[in-house]
Amino acid sequence: MTTIAIPPGMPQYGDVPSYDVAAVRADFPILDRKVNGHPLVYLDSANTSHKPRQVLDVLREHYEWRNANVSRSVHTLGTEATEAYEGARAKVAAFINAPSPDEVVFTKNSTEAINIVAYAFSNASLRPDADPRFRLGPGDEVVISEMEHHSNIVPWQLLCERTGATLRWFPVTDHGRLDESGLTDLVNERTKIVSLVHMSNILGTVNATSRITQRVREVGALLLLDCSQSVPHMPMDVVDYDPDFIVFTGHKMCAPSGIGVLWGRTELLAAMPPVLGGGSMIETVAMSGSTFAPPPIRFEAGTPPIAEAVALGAAVDYLSGVGMRAIQWHEKQLTAYALDALATVPELRIFGPNVPVGRGGTISFALGDIHPHDVGQVLDSLGVQVRVGHHCARPVCTRFGVPATTRASFYLYTTTEEIDALVAGLEQVRKVFA
Amino acid sequence: MQVDQLYQEIILDHYKHPHGRGLRDADDPAASVAEAHHVNPTCGDEVTVRVATDGAVLHDVSYDGYGCSISQASASVLHELLAGRPAAEAFAVHAAFVELMSGRGEVTPDEEVLGDGVAFAGVARYPARVKCALLPWMAFKDAAARAGVDTSPTEVQG
Repeated sequence: MTTIAIPPGMPQYGDVPSYDVAAVRADFPILDRKVNGHPLVYLDSANTSHKPRQVLDVLREHYEWRNANVSRSVHTLGTEATEAYEGARAKVAAFINAPSPDEVVFTKNSTEAINIVAYAFSNASLRPDADPRFRLGPGDEVVISEMEHHSNIVPWQLLCERTGATLRWFPVTDHGRLDESGLTDLVNERTKIVSLVHMSNILGTVNATSRITQRVREVGALLLLDCSQSVPHMPMDVVDYDPDFIVFTGHKMCAPSGIGVLWGRTELLAAMPPVLGGGSMIETVAMSGSTFAPPPIRFEAGTPPIAEAVALGAAVDYLSGVGMRAIQWHEKQLTAYALDALATVPELRIFGPNVPVGRGGTISFALGDIHPHDVGQVLDSLGVQVRVGHHCARPVCTRFGVPATTRASFYLYTTTEEIDALVAGLEQVRKVFA
Repeated sequence: MQVDQLYQEIILDHYKHPHGRGLRDADDPAASVAEAHHVNPTCGDEVTVRVATDGAVLHDVSYDGYGCSISQASASVLHELLAGRPAAEAFAVHAAFVELMSGRGEVTPDEEVLGDGVAFAGVARYPARVKCALLPWMAFKDAAARAGVDTSPTEVQG
């Protein structure tokens, strides 16, 4: 390999932020295990990530030392638990550069976060005095895209059924990019909300959002970005990206399952009617009616996933310690390596961008006409864990004319040796089904 | 777990060279014909099974679909075992196959009853794949019921 000299004064190769991948791997106990007699090669982090010891320790410590319910106790344990829970909220807010921790609503996952926004629209549409930005009816439009996860399709389909609004969507190009050619028609004065995936969980595409944001502002609509696949893998700054809402989930970013985030602008969250009713989310309750707490608590009815939230705070600390910019670069290098390596496999067809630009480390492919279930099964026998199926993004499969795909996805602990193991495994698959 | 226990030669043979594939019209215009379309929502596999019957004998069991080697080979074996059989016998075979697939690898299959279906014994050890193997069989049961066949099994004579 020849190295091209970069003139002095320009950014140099060594300026790329980096970290010791072996040291990071040592933090993840599960990476030491074997699967079917082979070292684990985990290429399914887009599905769920592994958890470092630092996060597992915090989870255990919470239950062993400060277990109590939050926001309702005067005793010491309750106070400490509340401080830990609210501390996690502040950490998450800082992680995405939110202006205030009160803009961070803890949810169960991204799906619940999107549903909260969809049901806030639904509930507002029933109340004439609600904020008009959240009122939907016949003639109004909701815009999504063809590359959404089911969690960013179905809630909007249901909302449109309830309100009579129309659901529209951006198509996807043959290269797996968002087709913005119809932007001005799609996003128009009838549009109330655009809900768009930031990074596709199946194609790996990272959508450029600025033109869409600009158009959304022109027409006075709202913008939600589904960041389930982006927040774990690249720096997110909600001030810089300038959406109205983002959602993401803890389990894809080194935290436990059961904890997710809805971030929204303070004034928008304040204008949204409650969705789930119950304890915590109230201001005062009488038999004749209730008034509600301000956000974020308004949207956190019932006892929340306390230890999971605290562990999400620890995960954010862990990721920040490694450095999100460095993680992004590591995955970019892995993606470039993997795209080159997969190109050497005969009859392999990649769905999504085949250059490591404007995409993340999630690569879906077909291997000849071998069914992905069969691909995944043979790879599993070699210890290689990939996802097979429609990845909860069936419209993408339909778009590319396949019932399912095989998907390899990377994270901060993934190595090029693991990509080599994938490529070797694919040769084995071809032998079995030759 | 060895993957070749799952991908027996018999299964790969049926997958690569399926028997009786394609939905067919009944030869006898008086026959009752019905079909069922089943989907595995986790992987997108689909199969349609069509049954042509006079109520006592399954004149034809035809199918079409797409999916993994296990689900498609299973449909081929289903056709081979059940087409042309008396309905009561067919449902005894059906029950034996379902029992085999629900057995987590603990059930010893009877080759006299299940024929090439015994090759699926290894599949029962992979819970994630049992659904694939059962997909055409469940579609068959629905199709037969819709065609008016009594779907309760009786003893099969080997």
